[in-house]
Amino acid sequence: MLEVKGVNSFYGKAHVLNDMNFDVSAGTVVALLGRNGAGKTTTMKSIMQMVRPRSGSVIYKGQDITNWPSHKVARNGLGYVPEERRIFTQLTVLENLEVGRQPPRDGCTTWTDQMVFDLFPNLAERRNNRGKALSGGEQQMLTIARTLMGNPSFILLDEPSEGIAPVIVEQMARVILQLKSEGLTVLLSEQNLHFAQAVADGVVIIEHGTQKFVGTLAELQAQPDIRDQYLSV
Amino acid sequence: MGLFIAQILTGLANAGALFMVASGLSLIFGVTRVVNFAHGSFYMLGAYVGYSLMQVLPGMVGFWGAILLAGIIVGLIGVIVEICVLRPVYSAPELFQLVATFGVILVIQDLVLMIWGPQDLLGPRAPGLKGVIRIMGEPVPQYDIALIVITPFVAFALWYLITKTRVGTLVRAATQDREMVSALGVNQAWLFTGVFFLGCALAGLGGALQLPKGGADLLMDFTILGSVFVVVVIGGMGSLPGAYLAAVIISVLNVFGVTYAPQSTLVLMFVVMVVVLMFRPFGLLGKEEVAGEHGQVGEPERPIKPAGNRIRLLVAAGLVILGLLPLYSGNFAVVLVTDILIFCLFAASLHFMLGQGGLVSFGHAAFFGGGAYAAALFVTYADTPMELALVLAPICAGLAAIIIGWVCLRSTGVYFAMLTLAFGQLLWSLAFQWGDVTGGDDGLVNIWPSDWASDNSVYYYIAFFLCTGGILLLRQAAHAPFGYAMRAARDSARQAEAMGINTKRVQLVAFTFAGIMAGLAGGLFVFSKGSIFPNELETARSFDALIVVFLGGVKTLSGGWVGAAFFEGIKDYLTRFEYWRLALGLSIIIVVILGPEGIVGSLRKAGERFGLLKVPEDAK
Repeated sequence: MLEVKGVNSFYGKAHVLNDMNFDVSAGTVVALLGRNGAGKTTTMKSIMQMVRPRSGSVIYKGQDITNWPSHKVARNGLGYVPEERRIFTQLTVLENLEVGRQPPRDGCTTWTDQMVFDLFPNLAERRNNRGKALSGGEQQMLTIARTLMGNPSFILLDEPSEGIAPVIVEQMARVILQLKSEGLTVLLSEQNLHFAQAVADGVVIIEHGTQKFVGTLAELQAQPDIRDQYLSV
Repeated sequence: MGLFIAQILTGLANAGALFMVASGLSLIFGVTRVVNFAHGSFYMLGAYVGYSLMQVLPGMVGFWGAILLAGIIVGLIGVIVEICVLRPVYSAPELFQLVATFGVILVIQDLVLMIWGPQDLLGPRAPGLKGVIRIMGEPVPQYDIALIVITPFVAFALWYLITKTRVGTLVRAATQDREMVSALGVNQAWLFTGVFFLGCALAGLGGALQLPKGGADLLMDFTILGSVFVVVVIGGMGSLPGAYLAAVIISVLNVFGVTYAPQSTLVLMFVVMVVVLMFRPFGLLGKEEVAGEHGQVGEPERPIKPAGNRIRLLVAAGLVILGLLPLYSGNFAVVLVTDILIFCLFAASLHFMLGQGGLVSFGHAAFFGGGAYAAALFVTYADTPMELALVLAPICAGLAAIIIGWVCLRSTGVYFAMLTLAFGQLLWSLAFQWGDVTGGDDGLVNIWPSDWASDNSVYYYIAFFLCTGGILLLRQAAHAPFGYAMRAARDSARQAEAMGINTKRVQLVAFTFAGIMAGLAGGLFVFSKGSIFPNELETARSFDALIVVFLGGVKTLSGGWVGAAFFEGIKDYLTRFEYWRLALGLSIIIVVILGPEGIVGSLRKAGERFGLLKVPEDAK
């Protein structure tokens, strides 16, 4: 469904991503694992074209989306949930959802306010609160909900478990599995294996912007040396 | 009592146009983070376009239709400007955007002159609303009442659009995080264009609506700009209710000012603004502005370093040629080069705090004109000799800079720029309206050098040594540890603070130093001309300096004086053309988009390409 082919990305003169190559097949959850600063966020932004790869290409559903404007990438069914959450703090929960709303797309669930509130009951109570009044976990839910309103077929979740309470992390894992069961494809990034183990089918490990391992979760678990070398367990 | 109420009503009526222009500016700033300097020009266009439409469209429907149509046409002109001029510079530093919109002002000025000619146009009166009604015996024009009624409707429609519709929600979201809005599938480029259309249409509407009250003339772009900035800053950037409130306050204040204190109308507005910002640095209803996420244009800035031997040789040769000038050229050249040198010092002082300190001041003329006026006042009222006056001019300018800097530096970014503009206007209004002391519009005359320096050649040498000395001193400061601290405060104030640099104090010292040097230039100016008039304090003078600094090259160390020398040199020639503003405006826009490194940066690049200059290791 998504193919990342030989992608090199730079910030100015700094070479941040070095020849990234991996696929994500439809209906799976792939975890992008690596330490802080390994290049996980840049990989996601390069897929969304928020960072323009200097070489290589990103193919989505057989279409080369490299160098498209980000809004066009998003309208093509790729939803991005940023790590820093970046909800609109001056807008209410409902207004945040409104910003994310896109017309229905063939073959994807058409999300409504009510459906995302069913998925995240906490948000329903706070629908008229401004974004800045929400807790960290609620903000994380809102970013996911907001992206779902765009009816994506593929979502990129950047460190969904970072900085939120353990009980909400569990809820996140359940949500991701539920989304998967509804046919969504997910690429998520994580620093440690723990959360990924609960949800992922495939794994990509990167370090210093270079990918060190691509395979299934089972394959990774069969190679504890790789796991110990690149990940903090 | 009747008069009192009638005056309040006049103020409320005047607030209409002001609110529309201000809310347009505020809206555009909120989303695009661009302070649209050309907003006054769109207001002027609205008046002219409306005037022409009213000539062809008859009757009451024609009158109101013309106003509406004028708004739409001006909005569309705004769209053209947004697409051609602003889209390429959205990611550039604020200064580049400001200068680009300033180029637009010049272009529109000359286009309007071309199409409608230089004479003032008397606006037609509104059909059906030509009379007056009497309120407690006082006559109030019917059209005023119409404006008082219309404005809240426009304000409400805007408020509804922004807070209750999807487009408004997207606009508010984009105000906070453009990139995220784009990642959610919204085409922000068109959102920006749409907001620009709306903002410009509002300005055009304001211009057309005030036709029956004020007509149309070529100065109205700058006339309204000052008030609009004051309104937006008092109300709070990006706040619609704030803009309405402030427009009413300023308009009512003006009407009462004209009646009760005609000597201080101009000063009054700026005093109110300064007082408001002292207590509420982000305006009455504004929120704290987070600095816009601006990247850079072109290559990253290089660390500054002392000039290489070749450049030093070149400069030394240039100085020798300049030093011998009176020996081989006529009086005209000597006087011209004296003027150029003085302007170079003025521009270099602005460039110092702008380039090294990141302090974009719109009111630097306050210190140039201030120094000049200080010297002139001492000579006129205390018979001070030239030598002493030339010492007192920079001291007075420096003292003014300490006070003004102390107030302005409490704010940052756009608010800082607006405050400096306001102080510049304040000093100008003082010189202009306090006729008893400053001579008002007639200025102060007969300020001549001492006998020994009265010869043009001798005065040339005084200017030569003081100006080159001043420029070298500024340059020295940039290389000193103080210069490092300035750049640290410019690039990351927080980081600099954490490293133990008192950034506010560094900025205040830089501001004061720049003020002293501008004051010295002003002192030299007044003795070279023998007179001083309020126009040396005008905002236009501050803009002259900003433009030459920019065209010379902000990111270079010598952009200030090189740009000044170049433009003061060709000004005489350039201004002989009828439409020189158009040419200058277009070249400014082209430089902003295509050659943002300016004259010095481009020369350096060319020198490196042809092997005349060494490319530094870290830039390869």
